[in-house]
Amino acid sequence: MMQVVNPVRYQDFSLERATQVVQEFKDQPGALINALHKLQDTFGYVDEAAMPMLAKLFNLSRAEVHGVTSFYHDFRRSKPGTYTVRVCQAEACQAMGSVELTEAIKQQLGVDFHETTADGTFTLERVYCLGNCACAPSIMIDKQTYGRMTADRFKSLAESLSAKAKGSN
Amino acid sequence: MSIRVYVPRETTASSLGAELLVDALTTEAKYRGLDITIVRNGSRGACFLEPLVEVETAQGRVGYGPVQLEDIPDLFDADFLNGGQHRLSLGDVEKLPWFANQERLTFARCGIIAATSVEEYKAHGGFKGLENALAKEPAAIVQEVLDSGLRGRGGAAFPTGIKWQTVANAEADQKYIVCNADEGDSGTFSDRMIMEGDPLSLIEGMTIAGIAVGATKGYIYLRSEYPLTQQILLEAIANAEAAGYLGNNVAGSGKAFTLEVRMGAGAYICGEETSLLESLEGKRGQVRYKPPLPALKGLFGKPTVVNNVISLATVPVILEKGGKHYANFGRGRSLGTMPFQLGGNIKFGGLVEKAFGLTLRQLIEDFGGGTYTGRPVRAVQVGGPLGAYFPASLLDTPLDYEEFAKAGGMLGHGGVVVFDDTVNMARMARFSMEFCAAESCGKCTPCRIGSTRGMETIDRIVAAKNEEEREAQHIILKDLCETMEVASLCAMGGLTPMPVMSAVKHFKGDFQ
Ligand SMILES: Cc1cc2nc3c(=O)[nH]c(=O)nc-3n(C[C@H](O)[C@H](O)[C@H](O)COP(=O)(O)O)c2cc1C
Ligand code: SF4
Ligand code: FES
Repeated sequence: MMQVVNPVRYQDFSLERATQVVQEFKDQPGALINALHKLQDTFGYVDEAAMPMLAKLFNLSRAEVHGVTSFYHDFRRSKPGTYTVRVCQAEACQAMGSVELTEAIKQQLGVDFHETTADGTFTLERVYCLGNCACAPSIMIDKQTYGRMTADRFKSLAESLSAKAKGSN
Repeated sequence: MSIRVYVPRETTASSLGAELLVDALTTEAKYRGLDITIVRNGSRGACFLEPLVEVETAQGRVGYGPVQLEDIPDLFDADFLNGGQHRLSLGDVEKLPWFANQERLTFARCGIIAATSVEEYKAHGGFKGLENALAKEPAAIVQEVLDSGLRGRGGAAFPTGIKWQTVANAEADQKYIVCNADEGDSGTFSDRMIMEGDPLSLIEGMTIAGIAVGATKGYIYLRSEYPLTQQILLEAIANAEAAGYLGNNVAGSGKAFTLEVRMGAGAYICGEETSLLESLEGKRGQVRYKPPLPALKGLFGKPTVVNNVISLATVPVILEKGGKHYANFGRGRSLGTMPFQLGGNIKFGGLVEKAFGLTLRQLIEDFGGGTYTGRPVRAVQVGGPLGAYFPASLLDTPLDYEEFAKAGGMLGHGGVVVFDDTVNMARMARFSMEFCAAESCGKCTPCRIGSTRGMETIDRIVAAKNEEEREAQHIILKDLCETMEVASLCAMGGLTPMPVMSAVKHFKGDFQ
């Protein structure tokens, strides 16, 4: 049995809502990254339309806000699937077959890294180390880490997650 | 009376189903009319036993593991709440050789207490270090850390006391303590484990640092891959505030110290201290030129202590038991203990805290029990993605900063990743270059471009049609690595050649 995470329900983007959720960071020094995380947690990604608002809030140029957003791997520029699956590519996981596991996961989902399945259920990403290196190979689905992952276990996990996502529609 | 049942709230345990156990244990106990209290400890570090469930019985604390959901009814049938025998019985886990042979100073409480409880923390020696520190002059606190011989556990191994002294001597209206909890090195998880299992030790260590150097504000820069750690840290900080250990009047001393957790955003380079500071200021994580040192001009241009989680979480025990006590462990210039992290293809993986000086072989064979697959060990990478690969013939190298440097490697943050004989080392060398290309901050050419050239060159070596062609490409790779080494601003570009060239040196036969 594996922990089956609950599907994330992102809000639809609106500039008004975006402006609202980042207000708490207004007077915090250097909190642009906190604000970007907040936007991503709320909407699933950082919408282009939020950039001028962020620039104004933090007294930066739009180019600076862009520069920061693009520097960090975490920040997405488009809406992800219901679940984001991140597969560890780092050494300890490689020592336990992550290259083969990654291939199997790509096959199972029918997508490559940075892509979303056609039904909008899964987005696949790579990650370098989840700090779970003694129980490799590891993957993460949204905020839940899974150790000792195998192609078979992933298959049944993905099926449960799909069913859950459809059920809650 | 309610029986205490410990279930770790910790990433590895959770990754193997611990959260499912919490619900199942509660339901099953209720169904059977038994009164239990689930205590959320951290992990004791034996990842291979996770999820490790422990019960406080009349005969002492006994463990069962690794426990799966299916085992729960069976455990109740075996009367595990009273220490009953079961297939998964481990007895007193501290008596298992894996634990008994460790020397736990930094991790003394980890996995034993309810992780965020101030009360349990204090009952196990917590805040004694802070109490002692508050009774001293700031300079005497720094002296204690100097006496301990503690060197930064983040990788560079710079003496912590000297860094503190520099910040303490700097004049400024505001100073900062920044905890580097980016833990980007693959194969490492000790920062995470202490933050999840004994977060108050980090909070206490940062507070002591603040008092020693005159800083009133601390930041913990935590990687975003650790969401559970974030929750636990925030809970621990709230508990410390409520108990008067953080805030405007730390433990009634009249001194102020507050803490904030800031999340990273998936960039390996942000573990480099100046890149981390840029990121904390809300900017791109580009590495700064040094000088100025962060100790003099750090966060927002103010004097700043940047220390790794383990360095800071070790400070309480140093102040509690004295710098000299800590320096009794270890040898030469590698004093104290190191929480080594055994990962990859390993049978009994996890966290082994031990005085410096044991050999790689003792760690991998005696603690680790060899590979998970049961095949021979062929290569071991020590010190993260920028660390060297060691062949089986070098397993007798002692784990000590100087010995490792002599053997062409580094201890770094203490990660030890084991590979069996199916590994292809040309592939691993290529990966090191690939990783550098993916994670370079982009400031210097040898790192940004050289890493991509490195990948291509390794591909050409492997594809070479004859020895002559292959040797010619090997020379190009060597030159490229030398350029990266000397012309990179930081260790990302500067040390990527270490895994690459060690793979070439020890496993040249794989490059074809
Ligand atoms: C590319 C690179 C990545 C680093 N990553 C980390 C890290 O994840 N955690 C860490 O504590 N130190 C890391 N460091 C080391 C820091 O720059 C710095 O030396 C350390 O935070 C100082 O703390 P310490 O003296 O307590 O070790 C990294 C260095 C480099 C060059
Ligand atoms: S070596 Fe690489 S990561 Fe380091 S400063 Fe240069 S480009 Fe940035
Ligand atoms: S290397 Fe994959 S979890 Fe650490």
